[in-house]
Amino acid sequence: MGEPGTKELLSLEELEAAGGMRTGRKHVLSILVENKPGVLTRIAGLFARRGFNIDTLTVGPTDDERLSRVTLTLDGALHPIDQVTKQLHKLVNVLKIRDLEPADTVARELALFKVAADGGQRAEVMQICEIFRAKVVDVTKRSVIVEVTGTTDKVEAFERMVRPFGLIEMMRTGEIAISRGRGET
Amino acid sequence: MRAVDAMMECLKAEGVDAVFGIPGGANLPTYDALYDAGIRSILCRHEQGAGHAAEGYAKASGRVGVALATSGPGATNLVTPIADAMLDSVPTVFITGQVRTDLIGTDGFQEADVMGITMPIVKHSFMIRHPLEIPRALHEAFHIARSGRPGPVVVDIPTDLSRADIPYEPVSDLRLPGYQPTIEGNTKQIRQAAKALATARRPVLYVGGGAINADASHEVVELATADRFPVTCTLMGLGAFPAPHEQWIGMLGMHGTRAANYAMDEADLICAIGARFDDRITGKLSEFAPRAKFIHIDIDPAEISKNVPAHIPIVGDAKNVVSRLAAEYRALEPDPARLEEWWQRIHGWQERHPLAYEDSADAEIKPQFMVQALYEATGGDCVLASDIGQHQMWAAQYFHFREPRRWINSGGLGTMGFGLPAALGAKVGRPDELVVCLTGDGSFQMNIQELATCAEEGIDVKVFIMNNGYLGMVRQWQELFWDRRYSHVAMGRFPDFVKVAEGFGATGVRMQDKHTLVEDMRAALATQGPVVADVVVTQEENVYPMIAPGAPARDMKG
Repeated sequence: MGEPGTKELLSLEELEAAGGMRTGRKHVLSILVENKPGVLTRIAGLFARRGFNIDTLTVGPTDDERLSRVTLTLDGALHPIDQVTKQLHKLVNVLKIRDLEPADTVARELALFKVAADGGQRAEVMQICEIFRAKVVDVTKRSVIVEVTGTTDKVEAFERMVRPFGLIEMMRTGEIAISRGRGET
Repeated sequence: MRAVDAMMECLKAEGVDAVFGIPGGANLPTYDALYDAGIRSILCRHEQGAGHAAEGYAKASGRVGVALATSGPGATNLVTPIADAMLDSVPTVFITGQVRTDLIGTDGFQEADVMGITMPIVKHSFMIRHPLEIPRALHEAFHIARSGRPGPVVVDIPTDLSRADIPYEPVSDLRLPGYQPTIEGNTKQIRQAAKALATARRPVLYVGGGAINADASHEVVELATADRFPVTCTLMGLGAFPAPHEQWIGMLGMHGTRAANYAMDEADLICAIGARFDDRITGKLSEFAPRAKFIHIDIDPAEISKNVPAHIPIVGDAKNVVSRLAAEYRALEPDPARLEEWWQRIHGWQERHPLAYEDSADAEIKPQFMVQALYEATGGDCVLASDIGQHQMWAAQYFHFREPRRWINSGGLGTMGFGLPAALGAKVGRPDELVVCLTGDGSFQMNIQELATCAEEGIDVKVFIMNNGYLGMVRQWQELFWDRRYSHVAMGRFPDFVKVAEGFGATGVRMQDKHTLVEDMRAALATQGPVVADVVVTQEENVYPMIAPGAPARDMKG
């Protein structure tokens, strides 16, 4: 292919289509938005009407009170991620979107597990907690509540471990993520 | 000053010379300010009419159209025009009254969540929470509506806030950090596109409504004639390239010409300019233009590779990009002879498959003939606002648009009832032009009340009803795809459109003889004031050629 500005022609066969591709992996989008009423509705509505499925969604304040951070995860096997981000960019209140590279990102979520644990089982559950560096935050005669922080994989691994004891309920926040290094996410 | 008076100052600063709407409880303050603001206000008969009138004004003039409505039902009546303006990228601002702030959320009288209802169908919207926000929100609304890919913006103002006393200072700085449309196309990409065009042996320029929004028709001609590129336009793009031109191969898509659809099917390179590969264009997507590479020029990055993956994407304003592309192309000095074979093939299709219909043996008016007669009677020298259905498709096929902004129709949403109010708005936007509304007996009745607006306001619109006694396009589909089971498509004998026209203060005439049709139309056009011509045409005539829904474009019927 010739340099810009030269008369050298190119071959149409060599042209490759860009965009509209499915990556097949999980994507974490970090979206900086103006902290204005209705912004979350606009984002959620956009996903609903374009048929994009959100796996997790978290919203919270940032160090600048005029801005909020939305972190959402979605499956790149189901959606062309570039189309999702381009549609998000069209929302006037969306300032910045980053499709975070897993290797350059620290991601965490918080989960609370209420596990059936009477008498003898409690020690075993506590042992698992220790391995996962999870915290027991409430204990009754027949149950414990455990707080787990970590990546989605860790939370899911913990879930698999305690489920056999009797998982009464579980609540997860969804991931938040921040890029590694000095630069802003 | 009152916030509503500041609002009038904002409208004037934005160059608004006319607004369309209806007053009601929650926008009484706005209408009080409008009383002596020096802005022309057109009292429509239904908010939907006002909304489409604002669209017609915008499409014909290129300026932002404004519609006003009160809270609740007034605002919900605007929903269809807002959705229509979204799908066709029409620069419009809709200002709605809202119940007073202390009533919001209480199911107050005439309260509706206008922000919530319209959120999926707006480019952006503003809910006013403090009277001081009003001037800035309005200026930002106009800026968003007209820039980038244009679209509808809603500003919802609670009635108590609109009465508040505020200091008004002109707003010059817009604070929209999240909104920065790309205007300048990337130079490298443009060069790449020029080279691809210079290499192509079977290229097609595929031009959409975006070229008209960008006022880029001059540039489209420049690019097309930088060589001998065949040009096709979408329904929305008609007029962006002059129809009488020798490089014009007709409209493409469901009811496009065979030459255009076959050319797309066999093309090796398609250059899309402000077009979005809608399903009415592509037919079966997986079999659309199977041999082609795509250059896609669009100001909206989300359109690129949405339906068809682009090989050379160029984000930018069509006027900017196409003019630079033409210059880059000329600099390459490609050999025009390489397109000779391609043109021979296209000419072959054009000769074998011209648009045609069988004319009646007697005085009966065929609908296609009616469009040709209208073209002859007007000399094509008019703004033609169309409604939705068969008449719209025949107009697109047989009315040869030479210039942009002379073909006003609802392409994306396909809103029946669009035609008359859009024609009304177009006439307000371009008072020196002859404005004709081509409608159907079905469509016309969906906003027929706007005849009163035309008569009262002295808005001189000439309406021609293609009256076949059916919801014609639906009947056609029932005939072709539903075993001729004509379920609820016959419109019956009523109303008598001549009498209705007279009741509304317009002149009513009936035309049913093809031999005198052109003269009759000329007489109607020469009549002072609004005219409604009820043109009785063949009842069961189908629009051909046609790509059946979901079928590949090369399988055209009829």
